[in-house]
Parts: sequence; C-alpha cells; structure tokens
Amino acid sequence: MLKTTLSLALLLGASTAAYAQENLAPNYNVAEPAVSDPSIKPTAPTVPVITDDEHLYETFGGREGLTALMDDAMARWLQNPKTRPFFEAADQTKIKALLVEQFCVIMHGPCTYSGRTMAEAHRGMNVKEGNFYGLVEELQVAMNKRHIPFRAQNRLIAALAPMHRDIIDK
Amino acid sequence: MLTGGVSTIEGAGGGGIVPWALIGSYATRNQIGASAFVTGVDTQDFTLASYGGAVSFYNRLELSVARQNFNLRDVGAAIGLGNRYTISQTVIGAKLRLFGDAVLDQDTILPQFAVGVQYKINDDKTVVGGALGLKRKGVDIYASATKIVLSQSLLLNATVRLTKANQYGILGFGGLGGKDQAYKAQFEGSAAVLLTRKLAIGGEFRTKSNRLEGALGGTSFREENAYDFFVAYAPTRNISITAAYARLGQIALARQNGAYVSLQLGF
Repeated sequence: MLKTTLSLALLLGASTAAYAQENLAPNYNVAEPAVSDPSIKPTAPTVPVITDDEHLYETFGGREGLTALMDDAMARWLQNPKTRPFFEAADQTKIKALLVEQFCVIMHGPCTYSGRTMAEAHRGMNVKEGNFYGLVEELQVAMNKRHIPFRAQNRLIAALAPMHRDIIDK
Repeated sequence: MLTGGVSTIEGAGGGGIVPWALIGSYATRNQIGASAFVTGVDTQDFTLASYGGAVSFYNRLELSVARQNFNLRDVGAAIGLGNRYTISQTVIGAKLRLFGDAVLDQDTILPQFAVGVQYKINDDKTVVGGALGLKRKGVDIYASATKIVLSQSLLLNATVRLTKANQYGILGFGGLGGKDQAYKAQFEGSAAVLLTRKLAIGGEFRTKSNRLEGALGGTSFREENAYDFFVAYAPTRNISITAAYARLGQIALARQNGAYVSLQLGF
C-alpha cells in the first residue's frame, strides 16, 4: 500500500512537473542588459520574453496601455507604506519609462529595454519580501482597474516573480 | 490573495480536507502571522463543527490547533446514545516548510515542499474508547508538495499521509481489539483554478484506510475515500469564505454527502 501510494504520488508529481515545464515561461531570447560591475551575478533574466506573438502585448493596450498602467501603479506605490520608501525619492518618470520598456519586451512588444539588470538596479536597496508583495499587489489592482484579464495579468506576474532572487534582501 | 490557502478541518493550512505545503496566513519570511477559522459540514445524518487557529513563523513553521465536534444527531438516539450525541477531538499540528516557494519560484518545476504532524486526541471514552475499545490518540505524519503555476492560474497539490486514524480520528485509531495498528499511507490531492485575485474554484480528494469494516456487523463501519468541490472567496486580504460540496464516503451505515462552509480570518 505504501509503495503503491508513493508511486502514485511520484507519478502525479512527475506529470505535474511535465505539465508545468511545458507551461513555464519559454525565453525567446532578447539580450540581457550588460552588467557594469562583474561582482553582480544576476540569477533571473530581466527581460524574459514569454510569448512569440503580440497578443499579450495588445491585451495590455500596447505602449499607450502600459504607460497608463505604470502611471496608475506608480501613484499606488507612492501611497502604499510598503512601497513608498523605494520610490518617493527616486526618479519616478524614469522608472515608469523603464518599466514600460521592460514589460513591453517581456510581452514581445516592439521595444528595447534601456535599463540595468534587476540585480544591479536593486543592489543595496534591502527590499523585503513584504515590500515585493506590496508592489505586486498594487500592480494587480492597477491592472484590474484597466480591465486586463486575470489570466493575462498572471502571465506577466509569472514572468516577473523569479526576479525576487535578484531583488529581495539584496 | 488566496495564495496562502485556507484552513483545513484539521487546522493545518491547505484546502478544506487536504493540507498543503503552504505555510498559512500572508506572513513573509520576516513576519509572524496568525489565522482563526470556523467550519461546518452538514450531511444527511451528521454535522461536523470545527474551529481553531494557527500561528505561522517566517514562512517556515506553522503551528495549529483544531477542535472538532461530530454530532450524531438522530443516529445517536437510534443507537441508544441519546439525541445529538457528539464525539469530540482536538488536533494539534505542526508543519515545516523544507524548501521551495510555490508562489515566487515561477521559473522552476520545483514545488514548495513541507512535512507535518498532527497529534489527535479523541475525547470519547463512551463509544470510541469504551464500546468499540479503540485507541483514542494517534499521530498522523504527512508530506505535501504544492505548486502554483501562475502562468496557467493553477494550484496543484499532492500529499502523502501516514495514519492510523478511522474517519479522521473521529472513530479512533487502529483496528478493533488492538489489531491492525500499523501506519498506512494515504494519498491526498488538490487542484484549483484562480479565477480572479479574490476567487478560486477547485476540487480535492483524500484516500482513507478501512480498518473497521466487518466490525459490529458487516459493512456498517466501512470507510471510503472523500472528495470535495469548493469555491473560495476572499473579499478582503484578512477574510476568506469557502463553500464546498463534500462527498465524504460512507460514515457509519450510509454515504455522507453535504455542504461545507468555512470562514477564515488571517492577520
């Protein structure tokens, strides 16, 4: 019984894994930004392109939609005490423009990302997991306000989530 | 939201009847969180009321306690125990996350993995400890793997549990007359689809051992696998409501199907 159950569990685990692997973000290989300091070793891509068509990018309303989304998200990050300290003294206009570029590239939009890697951009910021989740939650609210379908939102967030290794506690 | 799961009837964070590898509440690796729940399950013959809470430490350790009251209603009178006879048990649980992050690690197939124990103490000395002469205390040991496949808005969980419990421990532990006392492995699974940030639907199943069939006349104490189909709704970050249709399999004489409703508060 133990053996049967364990092999059943392993079988389910394996099929789940195979299913997940097929659906994990494939990378359509946009070159990563260069790292200026060789001591910085990024562990997750900054621009992991997750699709080979422009459907998702269009779902987000293209460049215009992303610009409006980031305007709203930034206003929320400046309100939320979990995220405000990281943005209030920063160049918000530049951050918004870079995030538009980054999201655009990730969704196979016609953009080029001109910023740094996530690892370099967050070095020394001491972002905690709670700050990271706070940022994602406000982004979700902003995406909801723009009526971006939940499944499309999750595809973008799934692409951003692995960046936690280069952002949290760095 | 809802990525922390809800409270199972046994107190551990998970679905309704299956513990997940997730550490309950929204507490991060730097925080301590707490949750409290109350759950009612109403089938044609029985009512189970369960309440309790959990404290979670740094997204690593979850300690939980649940109190279960299993009301035999008319069946109590029918077998001479009196109307609304109730069997109660307490479940004290601990769960340790070993590795993985089901939410954040979206670029790997590696799930979040946790191991847990549940110490169950059944109070009923009249029927469970008395007439049936069964052990009233038992320890369940389980391992859970949970993955959220965010790009597909899916949550998948698999749990293996080593247990001696009959009907979750409500009918004690092990077989009659001190026989059939070995641990048996049971398999439990959950799948859920995240529909919105606040709403998820899914199903669960849980295999159960069948140690008491044949005791006290044929099939009357047969134990069968349990299933449920649930909807979980979190109107705010601190509140979640779960409603389910549960098919609990045979519990004393008849198959028990019914409604499951649970309210959870988290901090």
